[in-house]
Amino acid sequence: MFWSATAIVTGVMATAIYAMATRDRERAFSTRRVLVGWGLIFPALTLSALMAFAFLRGEQLLAREDGAEVIRVHAERWEWRFAYPGGQQSDGVLHVPAGREFTVAITSGDVIHSFWVPRLGGKMDAVPGRLNRLRLQADRPGIYYGQCSEYCGQGHAHMQFEVHAHPPADYAAALAAADNVEAAPLPVLDQRSAPAGDIIERWTDRVFEALGIS
Amino acid sequence: MSGEPQQTADHGHALGLHYEMQDLYSPPKGRFGRFAATNHTVVGIRFMLTAIAFFLVGGVLAMLIRAQLAGPSTQFLDAADYAQVFTMHGTVMMFLFAIPLIEGFALYMLPKLLGARDLAFPRLSAFGYWCYLLGGLTLLGALLAGVAPDSGWFMYTPLSSKPYSPGINADIWLVGITVVEISAVCAAVEIMVTVLKVRSPGMSLMRMPLLAWYLWVTAAMMLAGFPPLILGSILLELERAFGLPFFDPTRGGDPLLWQHLFWLFGHPEVYIIFLPAAGVVSTILPVFCGRPMVGYSWIVGALIAQAFLSFGLWAHHMFTTGIPHLSLAIFSAASLLVVIPTAVQIFAWLATLLKGRPRLSLPMLWIFGFFFIFVSGGLTGVMVAVVPFDWQVHDTHFVVAHLHYVLVGGFVFPVIAGLYYWTPQFTGRKSDRGLGKFAFWTVFTGFNLTFFIMHLTGLLGMPRRVYTYAAGLGWEVPNLVSSIGGFILAVGFALVLLDMLVQWRFAPHVTTNPWKAASLEWAMPSPATAYNFASLPEVTGRDPLWKDPELPVCIAGGAGFLAGPTVPGQRETLAVDALDGRPDYVLILPGPTFLPLLAALALFGAAGCFLFGFYAGSAVLAAVLVGVCLRWLWQSGLREDPQPVDIGKGHRLLPHPARDQSPGWWGMVFTLVFDATLLVSLLFGYVFLLSRVSDWPPVAMIAPDWLVAALILAGLGAAALGSQGAVGANRQGKGRARGWWLAIASAGGATSAIGFGLIPSLLTAPATSHAYAACVVALSLYGALHAGLTAIGSGFVAARCRAGLVSRVRAGDLLILRLFSQFSAGAGLIVLVAVYLAAWLA
Repeated sequence: MFWSATAIVTGVMATAIYAMATRDRERAFSTRRVLVGWGLIFPALTLSALMAFAFLRGEQLLAREDGAEVIRVHAERWEWRFAYPGGQQSDGVLHVPAGREFTVAITSGDVIHSFWVPRLGGKMDAVPGRLNRLRLQADRPGIYYGQCSEYCGQGHAHMQFEVHAHPPADYAAALAAADNVEAAPLPVLDQRSAPAGDIIERWTDRVFEALGIS
Repeated sequence: MSGEPQQTADHGHALGLHYEMQDLYSPPKGRFGRFAATNHTVVGIRFMLTAIAFFLVGGVLAMLIRAQLAGPSTQFLDAADYAQVFTMHGTVMMFLFAIPLIEGFALYMLPKLLGARDLAFPRLSAFGYWCYLLGGLTLLGALLAGVAPDSGWFMYTPLSSKPYSPGINADIWLVGITVVEISAVCAAVEIMVTVLKVRSPGMSLMRMPLLAWYLWVTAAMMLAGFPPLILGSILLELERAFGLPFFDPTRGGDPLLWQHLFWLFGHPEVYIIFLPAAGVVSTILPVFCGRPMVGYSWIVGALIAQAFLSFGLWAHHMFTTGIPHLSLAIFSAASLLVVIPTAVQIFAWLATLLKGRPRLSLPMLWIFGFFFIFVSGGLTGVMVAVVPFDWQVHDTHFVVAHLHYVLVGGFVFPVIAGLYYWTPQFTGRKSDRGLGKFAFWTVFTGFNLTFFIMHLTGLLGMPRRVYTYAAGLGWEVPNLVSSIGGFILAVGFALVLLDMLVQWRFAPHVTTNPWKAASLEWAMPSPATAYNFASLPEVTGRDPLWKDPELPVCIAGGAGFLAGPTVPGQRETLAVDALDGRPDYVLILPGPTFLPLLAALALFGAAGCFLFGFYAGSAVLAAVLVGVCLRWLWQSGLREDPQPVDIGKGHRLLPHPARDQSPGWWGMVFTLVFDATLLVSLLFGYVFLLSRVSDWPPVAMIAPDWLVAALILAGLGAAALGSQGAVGANRQGKGRARGWWLAIASAGGATSAIGFGLIPSLLTAPATSHAYAACVVALSLYGALHAGLTAIGSGFVAARCRAGLVSRVRAGDLLILRLFSQFSAGAGLIVLVAVYLAAWLA
């Protein structure tokens, strides 16, 4: 993307400067052809290619229901808490297995935050009243730096966390060692969005009911 | 203002005309006279100068940000101050600099471009200016007092809601910005009507200068783009002041509703800012290429396409909020699609450069800078439209860099090009020498140094809006470079300003049309006269001054239309047929008046009382505002049926009060477009909230009373029929019947207003308990307000009928009233159905 962008900027500037430098030359070309070719067809082609690439790549980042581990991430000013499928909990450090995909289910206890681990790619907001999912994978064991990336008040700059990716063999032990048994359970999300299909069905039912056809 | 027409055949006549007209169109003399000015030249310049002052404020704030981020763990600002600084930087630049500068530019330039003497509604633009000034000063005062808004310029809820922002800071943003937005909406209505109707004879739509097209499309976008934000601000303020939970997820609201409403405005806003600047490029470029712009109709098409597409992009600011995948794909595709009309314009500019003989003078230098920066910014825009990429860089410094490339490159650079290009209009002088080129290169270098490297800072993982960062993350060097660049940039802007001041004082004087341009704003002496044109030119092509270089002399000598006032002491200009530009009627313009200032002060006072919780004061001042507005409307109109007047060249036209589709009628049409968008936004919010969760509301919260519904329906019907009947009776000359019909309309309005007022009392739970109840209250308020205005308006028109200001010929008032009452009746019906249907089905 960077190189094609550079090529386009260079092309535009070179044309403009060329026009200025050779201002005394008479040029005969069809302006309509320029507008159709460069104004319509060129962007249409490049953008369709980009769009197709983006769509396929985006699929991979979506959370899927395929049995991958789901780790709950809860943001509350100004700290991060994590709860694992086995009931363990940790604060400020997210423990994940290296080389294996996992899903984070992100919630917020107050304002909007955003979960982001730059080197793992992808980012998802923690919106109060909603549960958002993101699929991630740490390829190699190590420590990855993460932070809130939606402005959430005065502690925003310091709302950081770490991701510790463990070799799969050590993961269970690491998790047990990190478990904070005294932590209060994370709040259960009492409201979440219903799928659009359900809502249409519900309102059609109501209409039918009101009209006496059911 | 002392410009004098040059070397005319009939010098004495031209000079006499000049003195007469200059006197007539200047603001009144005396200490307070300037507060009564309504002339578009004066108001436009005020707007622009105020906007530039706010640009300097925003610039100082930017310098504070760069000073703070220059190194890791800086102690210069603490988190609380930094929050106010970055919030105000964004707010000032967007709402108090960019948009008002565009408004001022449009208000100043349009009549001159279109060959008219003033705008369609001079008092309205004066009112808009005072609203802008007072709203802007409120925000500035808050900044100085240390209570400026601090939740970021897009004010995301719940951070901006009461529990997390308990202070007055957020209220100041919501109330202050809404007052400023009112001025934007006024300007939009003004521009819509002016471009459609107030042009020179012969200027058909397709003969208009491209800049007029750009400004017209921009105004249309403002009419449709601002209502969601105004609505959002009102709802959030209702939540903050009275606890109505529109955005509170624990009580049935949704914080994402704010984001939808904000970006429904916010994305079109980017194009609202960019299009006028692109219009400046399309105006200046052909002049320095010595040939017309390539692809006139292509550009018009591209503009309209861009306007429509830009309303389909808003959710691309919300890719990380967890919206469904299908929406991601649609909004991503739409974001890429909008590149195409932009590409058409860029290649039209390049083709014009290639076809013409371009000269690299100062304005062109800035346009070349625009090409480089804007195209780069556009391309990073394509990158962030790609969802996986956006998920990485969203809310980082990459996005900050991108938006500055688009907004500074796409707006500030063309604006400075325009400033240099139009300077002779204001000063009567111009110079290519001096600091200009040096200032350009300083700005250009400083800008790229600051923001190019900032893409990297973002890719290295630095989120935006952090007041400090730790050492050792690799962010120190790029941040230091950005800060150094930022200060070079600031010096550059200071040099531009200094260059302007030097030119204003010392540059050599110019003659008429110094750049050999084609458009009509150069057909008047430099500096521009208060009256624009001593007589209005007849336009026969797209490039009037290239076609007839002698045109300025002819019109200064009175050879055009409407040479001198037809009635002594009366300001007037011509209105034409919207499509083909045939002369249609004579538009009588109001003279100077204090009413716009009084109205703005009343509005400001009402808003101020609200801010401090003094609601009784607010109500009293709102009533004063209505009174001032009625007094204002009373000023216009004639007491006797007019005769056609001679406008020259053998044409005789009626003045506008004798025509059905007067500017006021058109103004009402576009105001209702705004109003309808406001209602649609409200209904969008209602449906959005009710579709969010499966049990909405959790229990039945309203006991729908059919009596109230019947009361409202009867009232709405009476208002709609009454205004219709009044028009019919007036047409048949039945004065008595007209009065009765108006009484029916007024009573109908009052009845339905009472009905809407009763709806909240049907709620079985308090309005603060659930977003559903809050929505019902908001919808009924909308209905009651419109019904109430129908009642007042009908009474007002009845009084005007009694005073002899309405007749069979002068029926404008009744037609405008009919438009409003019937719209309100329709809107009221929709509100009623929305409330009752949902209640009935639940």
